[in-house]
Amino acid sequence: MHEIYDIIVIGAGTAGMTAAIYGQRAGKQVLMIEEGMYGGQIINTPEVENYPGVAKIPGFQFAMNLFEQASALGAKLESGRVTGITSVSTDGKPIFTVSMGEQNFQGKTVILATGAKNRKLGLSNEQALTGRGVSYCATCDGAFYRDKTVAVVGGGNTALEDAEYLADICKQVYIIHRREEFRGESGLANRVSQKPTVTLAMNAVVTGLIGEGHLEQVEIEDVRTKERKQLSVDGVFVAIGQEPDNGAFADLVEIDEQGYIVAGEDCKTATPGIFVAGDCRTKTVRQLTTAAADGAVAALAAVSYMNYNS
Amino acid sequence: MAVVHVTTESFEAEVLKAGQPVLVDFFATWCGPCQMVGPLVEQLSEENPTVKFVKIDVDEVGEIARQYQVESIPTFKLFKNGQVVKTEVGALPKSMLQKMIEG
Repeated sequence: MHEIYDIIVIGAGTAGMTAAIYGQRAGKQVLMIEEGMYGGQIINTPEVENYPGVAKIPGFQFAMNLFEQASALGAKLESGRVTGITSVSTDGKPIFTVSMGEQNFQGKTVILATGAKNRKLGLSNEQALTGRGVSYCATCDGAFYRDKTVAVVGGGNTALEDAEYLADICKQVYIIHRREEFRGESGLANRVSQKPTVTLAMNAVVTGLIGEGHLEQVEIEDVRTKERKQLSVDGVFVAIGQEPDNGAFADLVEIDEQGYIVAGEDCKTATPGIFVAGDCRTKTVRQLTTAAADGAVAALAAVSYMNYNS
Repeated sequence: MAVVHVTTESFEAEVLKAGQPVLVDFFATWCGPCQMVGPLVEQLSEENPTVKFVKIDVDEVGEIARQYQVESIPTFKLFKNGQVVKTEVGALPKSMLQKMIEG
C-alpha cells in the first residue's frame, strides 16, 4: 500500500519549501512535487538584498539553503508535473490523489504553491527560438550577447533592469514597450534611456519573431499607426511580467481572471483541505518574504485542519 | 567516475572520440542555477559508470560553446559517437538528468 502523506506541497519554490519546513516541524510527513529544478523564481536573482536578517545572499544559495533545511527535517521531493487532483471521502475525511500521469501520490492535505512563470509573448515560433535568441532572463543569458544587438520587451522594473544590465554588455539595446511611458521607477527609466547604447521603441508591440534555427529579426508594430517594421537583432529578452499556471486545479479551487487562486491571508481555498501559498495566490505584494509567510500560514492551517478533523 | 573538465584542445579526444556516451554540462562560474546542478552531476557520475561526465566552462572554452550554439546555461548535451543526440536547457533535477542519460 502506498504511503498517505500528511501534506503534499505542489511546487518547491520559496513558499512550498517553507511550507515543508513548517509541516515537518509540526511532526507531519511532507512531500513536495516540483516539475523542474527546486528553488522557484529566486534562483535567477543574482543577489537577494531584501530578506530580513540576511544582508545579501545569491538567490540560488538561498534556494539551496531552504532545500537543505526542508530535507534535513525529513521532507521528500518528487519530480514531475501535476496533471490533476481528485478527492475521495472516507468517513468524512477526504484523501486527495495528486496525479502526475503515470504516478499518483495520496495526501490528507494539499498546498498549492505553483508560483508564477515568465509571461511569454505568445508568438508562433517563440518556443522553437527559446535558447536560440529568445530569452526570459537577462542576467542568465546576457553574457552570450556581448557586443551584439538585442531587444528588451517590456516597460516595468524588470525590463528596465535587464536593459540597464545589457546596455553595458551589448553593442545596441532596443527597448520595446507598448505604452508611451515606462511603468518602472522613473529614476531607473531615465538612467536607462540615457545610455548611449539604448534605443527606445515606445508604443510598439512585438508581432513576429523571425529566424530559421536562430532569431534574426523581431517584427514590431506601432500601436497607433499599425505600421510594422523589422529590427535586426541577435537576441530578444522578454520581460513582460509573470503568469500563474493553475489550470490543473480549476475544478477544486476558485481561479480569478488572471489565473491566480483566490484565497485570503489565511491561505484557505474553496475546498477544505486544500491550501494555497505564494505567488500563485491572489495578493498584491509578491516578494520572497510574502512567499515565505504564506508557506508558514498554509502549513500551519493544514496542520490545524488535520488535527481538528481527526 | 570523476567529472572531467574539458578544454578546446581536449574536447575532441574527451567528447567526440569517447567510447561511451558523454553528458556535457555547459556552465559558468557566475551562474547560480549551474552551481545548483553541479553537485547533482557529480553524484550522477558516481552512480553511472558507463557514462562519461564532462563540464565545459563557457567563459574558458567559449569556442566550443559557440560551435554548439549554447546561449543559455546550464545547457546539457548528450553525445554519442561524436554526435549530439539530446539537449536540455536549464537546471534539471537529478531524476530528469538520469532520464536524459538513460533514454
